[in-house]
Amino acid sequence: MNDNNTAMIDKYRNSFLREVEDNVEQGEWVKMCMQCGVCSGSCPFGPHWEHPPQELFMMIRAGKRDAVLGTESMWMCTSCYNCVVRCPREIPITHIMHGLANYAHRLGLAPKVNPTRRFAKIFWDNISKNGRVNETSLSIKLYFMDGYSAGVKRAVEMANTGLGMFRTKRLNPLALISYKGIENPKQLQSMLKKAREIEGRRKGYPG
Amino acid sequence: MSKYKYSFYPGCSSERKASASNYMVSVGSMCKKLDIELNEIPDWNCCGASIGYAEGGELPRHVMNARNIALSEKHNRGQDIVASCAACWLGTKETSDRLSASEQLLADTKDVLEEAGLNVDLKNETPIRHMVEALIEDVGYEELEAPVTRPLDNIKFAGYVGCQTNRPFGIDGESYENPMYLDKMVETVGGEAVTDYEKKVTCCGGALAFSEPEKSQEQIKDIVESAYDQGADMIVTPCPVCQLNVEIYQEHINRKFGTKFSMPVTYYSQLLTVSYGGSAREAGLDGNIIKARKLEEIASK
Repeated sequence: MNDNNTAMIDKYRNSFLREVEDNVEQGEWVKMCMQCGVCSGSCPFGPHWEHPPQELFMMIRAGKRDAVLGTESMWMCTSCYNCVVRCPREIPITHIMHGLANYAHRLGLAPKVNPTRRFAKIFWDNISKNGRVNETSLSIKLYFMDGYSAGVKRAVEMANTGLGMFRTKRLNPLALISYKGIENPKQLQSMLKKAREIEGRRKGYPG
Repeated sequence: MSKYKYSFYPGCSSERKASASNYMVSVGSMCKKLDIELNEIPDWNCCGASIGYAEGGELPRHVMNARNIALSEKHNRGQDIVASCAACWLGTKETSDRLSASEQLLADTKDVLEEAGLNVDLKNETPIRHMVEALIEDVGYEELEAPVTRPLDNIKFAGYVGCQTNRPFGIDGESYENPMYLDKMVETVGGEAVTDYEKKVTCCGGALAFSEPEKSQEQIKDIVESAYDQGADMIVTPCPVCQLNVEIYQEHINRKFGTKFSMPVTYYSQLLTVSYGGSAREAGLDGNIIKARKLEEIASK
């Protein structure tokens, strides 16, 4: 079991709500939910959530730790903020969903195969490397994240689209070989490392 | 001296040969006509986008944006930050708000910037604005109309506002459910705005168009279909991700559903540039994969 997860289980025992309040971005808002369900009805990917946001809020209060942190639900959030602007209690639902996903991921409990979890990691590694998005390598890494043959299939599917992007000067194949980004990516990388350390310390992650 | 002056944050997709390079071209042309000076934040970095949350967490994400704010305050002092990308605007503004709300977060962020040897003094006092806000609030509709030499007659536009230019911050005085500014901009330059475009603020899937393509394409299908239903000639949007997703996946949707979509997806800045007398190239129309023929015709007059 992931060290972070063990540490949190020891610390919070059976108070999952408190664990969420302390560690999940904007988690202190969870108890404000009055179960109206407007968020769930407003979500563009609503039908694809195993547990829509209002249900997740109730499950957190009911201490359903494994079910909440292990679900793919919050990975369906497209960051459209529709739930946020419609919530009668103005709960920052999008941020809580991001926060839950991030927390589950840090604890090693997020579903390994979830494509958005894996894409998010590829994306963050991409921007950390150069300080800016290298769209070409981002796309290639995404297409090949399920292995070589799946990657070839996806690349073939996207070939015509890529050609269209190339022809209209919106895709740079050479970026695969050399991409400049910001002037001092190493400095940015050390900033991000330091920030992660501070955040880990504040939240009590051992790992 | 230019009439308007901003510290400009173009964002990654606006780089040369990136997915919204033509947006950048048209923004540049549009601003030149309106006497807007854009001073790019030197050495700006990615905002972390929305999808950055999963691996990035909170502080690292805020540090990314704080670096840009600090660089802007150092090099373009006193100028509002203006972002042309919805995600860049949202990410930067969100960080700025969070840093204002939490002394600890601000202190941690300053520590990180300082320790990395970035010689800046983060004040976090700079307003973070979207290009559309600068146009509507500073320039104003009247002044946006003044340079029009070629009104966009006989073109019907479905104004697709999308998500992040509209939520959670939105444009002052506009509603989240039916914002009107994009339609007003269309009318300001002589075009016709679809009045009952029911997918105006529907999500295109955002970053999940890449990781969950099938679910996102269901969304995109509705967005394009609704534009056709309302008799639109083309879609217009303020967001680079909306533009990309709604344009490039039409051929995939056609293959999957047997539809015959070929709906051009343009930027507001392309409309303004063409109506102000700009060429197709100045409006970045050569960057549209699905050609916006009716706009090209006007641009070639």
